[in-house]
Amino acid sequence: MMRFLLLFSRQGKLRLQKWFTPISEREKKKIIRDMTSMVLARQPRSCNFLHWKDLKIIYKRYASLYFCLAIENQENELLALEVIHRYVELLDKYFGNVCELDIIFNFEKAYFILDEFLMGGEIQETSKQMVNRSIEASDMLQETMEEYMSKPAF
Amino acid sequence: MPAVSKGDGMRGLAVFISDIRNCKSKEAEIKRINKELANIRSKFKGDKALDGYSKKKYVCKLLFIFLLGHDIDFGHMEAVNLLSSNKYTEKQIGYLFISVLVNSNSELIRLINNAIKNDLSSRNPTFMCLALHCIANVGSREMAEAFASEIPRILVAGDTMDSVKQSAALCLLRLYKTSPDLVLMGEWTSRVVHLLNDQHMGVVTAAISLITCLSQKNPDEFKTCVSLAVSRLSRIVSSASTDLQDYTYYFVPAPWLSCKLLRLLQCYPPPEDGAVKGRLVECLETILNKAQEPPKSKKVQHSNAKNAILFEAISLIIHYDSEPNLLVRACNQLGQFLQHRETNLRYLALESMCTLASSEFSHEAVKTHIETVINALKTERDVSVRQRAADLLYAMCDRSNAKQIVAEMLSYLETADYSIREEMVLKVAILAEKYAVDYSWYVDTILNLIRIAGDYVSEEVWYRVIQIVINRDDVQGYAAKTVFEALQAPACHENMVKVGGYILGEFGNLIAGDPRSSPLVQFNLLHSKFHLCSVPTRALLLSAYIKFINLFPETKATIQEVLRCDSQIRNSDVELQQRAVEYLKLSSIASTDVLATVLEEMPPFPERESSILAKLKKKKGPGAVSVTELEDSKREGGELNGGGDRGPDTASTPSPSADLLGIRSAAPVGAAPASAGSLLVDVFSEAGTTTTLPSSSLFWLLFVCKNNGVLFENQLLQIGIKSEYRQNLGRMYLFYGNKTSVQFASFTTTPQLNVQTKPVEPLVEGGAQIQQVLNIECLTDFSDAPLLNIKFRYGGALQNLTLKLPVTINKFFQPTEMTSSDFFQRWKQLSQPQQEAQKIFKANHSMDTEVLKAKLLGLGTALLDNVDPNPENYVCAGVIQTKGQQVGCLLRLEPNAQAQMYRLTLRCSKDSVSRRLCELLAEQF
Repeated sequence: MMRFLLLFSRQGKLRLQKWFTPISEREKKKIIRDMTSMVLARQPRSCNFLHWKDLKIIYKRYASLYFCLAIENQENELLALEVIHRYVELLDKYFGNVCELDIIFNFEKAYFILDEFLMGGEIQETSKQMVNRSIEASDMLQETMEEYMSKPAF
Repeated sequence: MPAVSKGDGMRGLAVFISDIRNCKSKEAEIKRINKELANIRSKFKGDKALDGYSKKKYVCKLLFIFLLGHDIDFGHMEAVNLLSSNKYTEKQIGYLFISVLVNSNSELIRLINNAIKNDLSSRNPTFMCLALHCIANVGSREMAEAFASEIPRILVAGDTMDSVKQSAALCLLRLYKTSPDLVLMGEWTSRVVHLLNDQHMGVVTAAISLITCLSQKNPDEFKTCVSLAVSRLSRIVSSASTDLQDYTYYFVPAPWLSCKLLRLLQCYPPPEDGAVKGRLVECLETILNKAQEPPKSKKVQHSNAKNAILFEAISLIIHYDSEPNLLVRACNQLGQFLQHRETNLRYLALESMCTLASSEFSHEAVKTHIETVINALKTERDVSVRQRAADLLYAMCDRSNAKQIVAEMLSYLETADYSIREEMVLKVAILAEKYAVDYSWYVDTILNLIRIAGDYVSEEVWYRVIQIVINRDDVQGYAAKTVFEALQAPACHENMVKVGGYILGEFGNLIAGDPRSSPLVQFNLLHSKFHLCSVPTRALLLSAYIKFINLFPETKATIQEVLRCDSQIRNSDVELQQRAVEYLKLSSIASTDVLATVLEEMPPFPERESSILAKLKKKKGPGAVSVTELEDSKREGGELNGGGDRGPDTASTPSPSADLLGIRSAAPVGAAPASAGSLLVDVFSEAGTTTTLPSSSLFWLLFVCKNNGVLFENQLLQIGIKSEYRQNLGRMYLFYGNKTSVQFASFTTTPQLNVQTKPVEPLVEGGAQIQQVLNIECLTDFSDAPLLNIKFRYGGALQNLTLKLPVTINKFFQPTEMTSSDFFQRWKQLSQPQQEAQKIFKANHSMDTEVLKAKLLGLGTALLDNVDPNPENYVCAGVIQTKGQQVGCLLRLEPNAQAQMYRLTLRCSKDSVSRRLCELLAEQF
C-alpha cells in the first residue's frame, strides 16, 4: 500500500499532505522535513526512486511542484510513478491547466479529488472518466454560487 | 487570486489565503494567523448561532492554518456538527477536517461514529462514500468495533452501487489491517472472492487489494481466487488496447489491475491444476513477448505502465522459482534494461536481478552481466543506482568471481558515498571470508579494507581477521609480514594499529629473522604509533609489548624503560596505569618459564558454527522469534591481547562461515530484503516444490515436550534434532542423514531467515550424515514456529521441503518451585479473564500418571506436589524467559479418568502466552 503523499514546492513549502496510516504530528513533521530535504537535494535526471527506512520513495517534479509518494517495499515503483501522473491528470482536468496556485487556493478540492482516486493507501478507481464523473456529481450537489456569495464574507 | 473556482467559492477563505501569501515575513504570517484564530474563536464562542456556511468557512480556515504547520486546538466540535448537515459541501468539509485532524484516540470518536452511522444507513451513495472514507482515514479501533460487521454487508449486498462497493472494499481492508481480530470471516468471504469476476473494472481493482491482504493471512480460505485471478489476467493480457476503454492507460490495458493480479498470485505456490497453470504460463510468456514489441507510444507513461507489468510478472516468475525457461528469459530481459537509457529502468533491473541471482536456475545467467554491473558501479551518476549495483555484485558473487568482485568493491569504496560505506565494508568482509580459498588473499583484503575505509570498519571485522589468523598456521607469517608493511605508512588508521599490535605480539617472531623487521624495529614501529592512539588501543599495545618481552628477550630492557616512564606508570587512565604497573612487575620478577607460560601464544578460537541471523519478523500478533548469533551477545571485550575468557584449546579451523553476517543483523545484506515482514513470506516460503511434503505437524507436536528425536523422515532423508535451551537462548543441532546410496547435490537448508547463509556442505554422500547448528534467541513471545526450507537434488529431481522447526514458546521455560500458598496467591493475582486460557478435551494418549508427569516435566515447568487439594490433579509453575521480558505461567491439569477427558487451565502474566500454551498442550495428552 501507499503510506503517504506529499506535494511541495521547489522552496520546500508543503502544499498537500495525505497520510494513509495514523502517524503522530511530530513524526509527520519529521518525515516532511526528511522528504523535502532528500528530494530537493537530488540532481536532475537522477532516477525517481529512493530507499528510505523500510519504504520506497517515488518522486516526480511537475513544473514548480514535487510530488512525493511513499510506498511499501513490495509495491511497484513504476506504477507508483503513474499514480502520481494520473493524479496530476485528474487535477488538470478539473482545474483546467492546473498550477500550484490552484492547489493552494482550492486545497480542499485537491483533497476531494485525491479521495476519489485513492483510499486507504490503495487505488480505488483508475478511470479518469469515472473519477471526474463523481467529482462532477458532488459539485452538482453543491449549493449554487449565488446563494453563498450573498452571505457575508466574515 | 486564481481565476478558476469551480463549484462554490468561499470568498473569506480565498481572501485569507491571499493575505497569508502576501505576508512578507514569518512573523507577519504568525500575526495574521493569530488574528484569524482569535476571530474564529470569538465566532465559535459567540452567543449568535452560526449558520452552516460560516461554520464551514471557519472550519476550512482552521484546516488551512493547520496544514501550514500550526497547531489547532479547537474547532473539532464545530467540524463534528458539520457532519450532520444536510448540505453536501458542509458535510464534506466536516469529514475532511476530521480525516486530517482527528487522531484515533480522540474523545470525539463516539460523536463521529454516530454521524457515520447515519450516513451509512442513508442509502445515498455519495454520503455513504464520505462516511467510508472517514472510517478508512481515521481507522481507529473504536471505529472498527462499531463498523467491522456492517461494512462486509454493504460490500456484498446485491443492491450496493459500484462506487460504494469500491469504497467499502478498501475501507474494510483498512480495518482489517488495523484490527484484524474484529473483522470476522464469514459467509461474505466467498462472495468477496467472486468480485474478481465483477463486470466493473473499478470494483475489481479495489476489491483485489482487499483479497490480496486476506489471502496472505488466510491462504487456504481464499485459494479459489487463484484460478479466478488467472482467468481475469489472461483476459486482460490478451485484450486489445482499446477493449477496456478508460481502463486502458496510455495503450496498456488495465496496468493497475494486472499488477495487482500478479501480486495476488504471489501469495500462492504455482497452481496445481494443469490447465490453470498452462494458462498462467501463457500469460507470463505473452507479457515477456510484449516487452520485445515496438512501443505503441513514445510517452514515458506507456513504457512505465508496460514495464510495471513486466517487473511484476518477473517477480512472480522468481517467486515460483520453478520454470527455468522463464527465469532465464526474465534474466535476459533485465539484462537489456541494464543498458537502457532510462535511469529508472536501470535501477529497477539491478534491483530485480538481485533476487534472480539467488535462484539456482538463473544464478549463472545473472553472472554473465558482471561487466555491465561493474561498469554501472563505476559510471552511474546517481548514488542510489550505484548502491543497487553494489547490492547486485554482492548477490551474484560466488567462488568463481569473488576475487574480481571484491577488488571492484574495494576500489569503489575509495570514492563511495559516506552513507553507504559501512554497509559496503561489511559486504566486502563477508565476501572475502566466505569465498577465501587462500587466506593470504583474505588477509590482504581486510587490511586493504582498513586502509581504505578504516573509520567504517567495525570492531567485529577486525576481531574476525585476528581470529582467522590465529586459527590458521599457514597464514600467520604472511599476516605478520603484511601488517608490518602496512604499519610503515606514515599515516595509518587506528584499526590497523590494533590489528598490527595484536598480530605482531603473537607472531612477530615469524618475521624477526629479517634484519629489516628485527624485534627492535618492530617494537619501535608499533611504539611510534602509540601516542596517536586512543586509550583502548594503547592498552592493546601495552599487552603486545609484554608479549614482545616473552618472544624477544633482547627487547626487555627497552620495553621496561617504556613501561617505567611516568607517562605510563602514572597515567591518569586507571586501565593503562594498571597494565603498565603489572606488566613491568611481571617482566621483572617472573622467571622465563613462568613468563613463557603466562604469555603463551593464544590458543585457537573455538570453531564458529555456521550462523543464522536476522530476525523472524512478526508474523502474527505480538510474537517474534529471533535466531541470532550467540557470539553477538557475548562478544569479546575491547582488548583481545590482555587475556580474558577463551574457549577450549581444541585445534580447529574456522569454517568460512557467514559469521560476520551475524554481527550486524540490522545491516541490510544484499539480496535478502530482510526488512519487510510480509516480504519474508514471499521470498522465503519457497513454493517451487517438486515433492511437496505432507504436513509434518504430527512429528512436530512430539517435540513440544521433548528436545531430541527424529523431526522428519521419508524414503530419502532423515532429519534428527538435538536441542538445548537455557534462559532465552537455545541451540539446536540438526542432523541431515542421506538414507540412499546416491549423493545429494546442491544441498541447501534455509531456515526461514536469511538466504545468504549456506551453512551446510552442498554435497551429502549416500549414507552420510551432516550436521548444522542453529543458535536461537527468543526476543519476545511468539506463536508461529520458524520454518526450515531444504532443497537438494536427488538424481535429477529437485527436492524441496519445508518443515516447521520445533521451537515453541515453552522451550524458554525456567521451572519455578513454590509452596501451595504462594501458588494460590499468584493464581489469584492472574485473575483477569484474558490472562486465563482453558480447554476441555478428550484424552488422546495414555492417562498413566508417570507418562503425564514425564510430559509435564518435559514441558519445562516445575511440577508442584501437594499444591492442589485433589491429588489427581497436576499443577505446574514456570517463567518464560524472553529477551525483553519474563512471563510467569501457572498451569493446572485436571484429568477425569472415567470420561477420558482433561480440563487444562493456564494463567500467565501475558494473555497471548496463555492462549498459545493452551493450544500447544491440548494436543499433548
